[in-house]
Amino acid sequence: MADVRIAGLSKSFHGTPVLRGVDLVVPSGALFAILGASGSGKTTLLRLLSGFERADSGAIEIDGRQVSGPGVHVPPEKRQVGYVSQEGSLFPHLSVAANVVFGLARSQRRDRLKAEALLESVGLPSSYARRGPHELSGGEQQRVALARALAPAPKLVLLDEPFSALDAALRIETRQAVAAILEAAGATALLVTHDQSEALSMGRQVAVLRDGVLAQVASPEILYRQPADAALAQFVGEAVLLPGLVAGGLATCALGRLELALPAPDGPVEVMVRPEQIRFEPRTSAGAARAQVLAVTYYGHDATIILSLDVEGRQVTTRVAGHMAPPQGAQAWLSVEGSVMAYPRIPPNIQIESGVPLATTISQKAPKGSFVQTVKETQE
Amino acid sequence: MSQVAGLTVAQGALGLGQRAEQAHRWGRAPAPLIGAAVLAAALVLLPILVTIVQAAGLSAKDAIDLLVRPLVGRLLINTVGLVVAASFTCAIIGTATAWLVERTDLPGRKVWAVLAAAPLAVPPFISSYAWVSLSNGLQDFAGALLVVTCAYYPLVYLPVAAALRGLDPAPEETARSLGYGAWGCFVRVVAPQLRPALYGGMLLVALDTLIEFGAFALLRFRTFTTELYAQYRTGLDGPESSLLALVLIALCLVCVVAELNVRGRARYSRVGSGVRRIAAPVRLGLTRWPALLAFAALTSATLGVPLGMIGYWLLQHAQAATSPVAPSLPLLFSATFASVSYGLAGAAAAVVLAAPLGYLTTRYPSRLSVILERIAYLAQGVPGIVVALAFISLTIETIRPLYQSAALLVVAYAILFLPFALVGVRSALAQVQPGLEEAARSLGLGWFGVTVRVLAPLAGPGIGAGAAMVFVFVVTELTTTLLLAPIGTRTLATEVWANTSTLAFAAAAPFAGMMLLISLLSTWLLARRFGAAVFPDGA
Repeated sequence: MADVRIAGLSKSFHGTPVLRGVDLVVPSGALFAILGASGSGKTTLLRLLSGFERADSGAIEIDGRQVSGPGVHVPPEKRQVGYVSQEGSLFPHLSVAANVVFGLARSQRRDRLKAEALLESVGLPSSYARRGPHELSGGEQQRVALARALAPAPKLVLLDEPFSALDAALRIETRQAVAAILEAAGATALLVTHDQSEALSMGRQVAVLRDGVLAQVASPEILYRQPADAALAQFVGEAVLLPGLVAGGLATCALGRLELALPAPDGPVEVMVRPEQIRFEPRTSAGAARAQVLAVTYYGHDATIILSLDVEGRQVTTRVAGHMAPPQGAQAWLSVEGSVMAYPRIPPNIQIESGVPLATTISQKAPKGSFVQTVKETQE
Repeated sequence: MSQVAGLTVAQGALGLGQRAEQAHRWGRAPAPLIGAAVLAAALVLLPILVTIVQAAGLSAKDAIDLLVRPLVGRLLINTVGLVVAASFTCAIIGTATAWLVERTDLPGRKVWAVLAAAPLAVPPFISSYAWVSLSNGLQDFAGALLVVTCAYYPLVYLPVAAALRGLDPAPEETARSLGYGAWGCFVRVVAPQLRPALYGGMLLVALDTLIEFGAFALLRFRTFTTELYAQYRTGLDGPESSLLALVLIALCLVCVVAELNVRGRARYSRVGSGVRRIAAPVRLGLTRWPALLAFAALTSATLGVPLGMIGYWLLQHAQAATSPVAPSLPLLFSATFASVSYGLAGAAAAVVLAAPLGYLTTRYPSRLSVILERIAYLAQGVPGIVVALAFISLTIETIRPLYQSAALLVVAYAILFLPFALVGVRSALAQVQPGLEEAARSLGLGWFGVTVRVLAPLAGPGIGAGAAMVFVFVVTELTTTLLLAPIGTRTLATEVWANTSTLAFAAAAPFAGMMLLISLLSTWLLARRFGAAVFPDGA
């Protein structure tokens, strides 16, 4: 199992840039998630890693071997990179067993026990060996596809939205199974997804790809708690954004004076609070912000409540356990639990280059070395 | 089976075109692939270019003098007159049969559906042989119209029947509720929706009539193709012949282009996904008896006469016929062997030409691939006689060793039937998801491994269907075989031709029977194996 180093990787299709200088180091033996909206270039990144596409510029190194770079393009079959696609792409003309051993040498393909062992490694009964791919459920097909990709012991496994074709219940179950299988195999794996909960729950590290550049690379917790900018905060989960002011290490906004998760310079800011940080307080509580319940959406296990703050009339959303949901129209007192993020507000007369985060804890303009450095720091 | 028939039918059924857009962007195509595809397209253009170059030897004034003269006028009147008449008779018969089979309670509809499509497997020159040997009176225009209508009305029947099946019955029900009877409903609601299928079918009839040679030669009906053949036989071929050939090519290309346009618009009538409500059949009542009678008459003319006449002549003793040579069993075997060998070689060559083109268009769609594909489909509009004459002059003048060689004949077959092989290759490859090839490559397989272990097993059957169609066409092909076959080579087609031209009908019968047997059998197997993929009516 190997580490993957990507430097300055760029790719455009018909003059439209899809990847614009991606730098990334994936440590060996980890499940790394790449999160991006559709069109962010995440599938292109995987296809460059697998060798299905040629990069315009930049370099890719897998296990110390350059597979892509100026004048270098190792074809996919010589890269030892496993690939699990969205739809699984099982060979419809072959049995499950023949699919699983497809990438092995001829002598190993004849060994029936080998196929059964591989099936068991992904939690499927060996009796499935003789079935056709169409006789399996979507989740089972993805497991077979994973077993097939892992069989030749690749240096790296790429998973391209492997769960998006599954229904919700099956998706969670298959996610957990795949994470466990990859862990057991000790494989270096790169998972691409547009689903933030998938990225957060599966990736040991998560890289967010936005408009062809990496917006942030961090552990799931850091990414969720300390997103690099407001837009990222809204992309990675729900966010309540309120105008505020930072002074003396505290942010003041309609919800009160709040502690900062990361230091921010004094001045006007946008304060980011996660809905579940907003707590209902008893009427008597000091420093609580008064609000009126506008709407309650009840989900059973929890409920989303939209409130209007008395100060400035701002609307905020909060989430509480289902049995705690207040009735519509009720008065409530709110406080914020934990620290919050503050993003400096840009005065309107300053033009900002598009695509560059407004404010970043990990700056895009920082030299490459320091960027990679940050990745390593956050993973420790 | 008629040449152009299977093509449209297969293209429609396999949803060609809709799938092309799904192709992955795969970056740039490798140079050898582009080279092979360009070569295939260039081969299709070669006969046309040779013909143009030869005609270019004439001065403009000579060319005009040669074109404006009674002979050309008569050929034009004969050819265009027959083409127009045949298109209309086929349109009427094809639409009527399709409507009766698809939309009424006619007894025995399933049997009639098969019998209505089956004449496609009877080569026109075989049915021409049957009619000529039945009666001397069937000559010239009337005979030609009869033979052509019998042979080609399924070209209208098949697409119109498919369109009728695909129609949503809701508008008809609405029309009925607004007070229209069955007939009014057909005219005002159904017929307009059938137009693309009908026009497409009529243009195919026109095209096939333009390029037909054997049937007209036997009926002594002069068209461009028979004239070109006569001029070649009498050694009068030269720039003048090339000029005639160009007129013929121009007529054909008009049909091909018009047909492609109609097909482009026809798509909506072919959408067949999902479960569709089936329209309630129209009750024929007492009119079912004349309808049944008409079907019986049609089947007698299209299938009964050819099969019956072949049977009749087979039972005649050699001396009872005007046969100079009694056909011997060994000769029948060797002719069958030659036909089948050429059929297999032609099918293989056509697939080899089509494979890179099909791979390019499905995997690396680009402006170039579209142009190359269109050129390949132009081959439909290049008559066999033009290809043969161009190849003869080309080989005599430049590559002498190839003249009258088996290799040249096989190449000619491959060019003529490239569109059919291409349809098979293209639709088969389009149905193999690119993700499968990528999965195989990420598992360590090179292009050869991918071809052998993924593409061949998955696309093989579809490509095989295309190859089988080419096989049938080659076995029943007459013109090119006659002109390009090496000296001494006797195939079923050339034997039928040789015997029939000398009125030795009994001697021709075994060869005609064998050819019909191969054609019907292959078509039946093809339809059974691939069903809706090849023949949407499931015939």
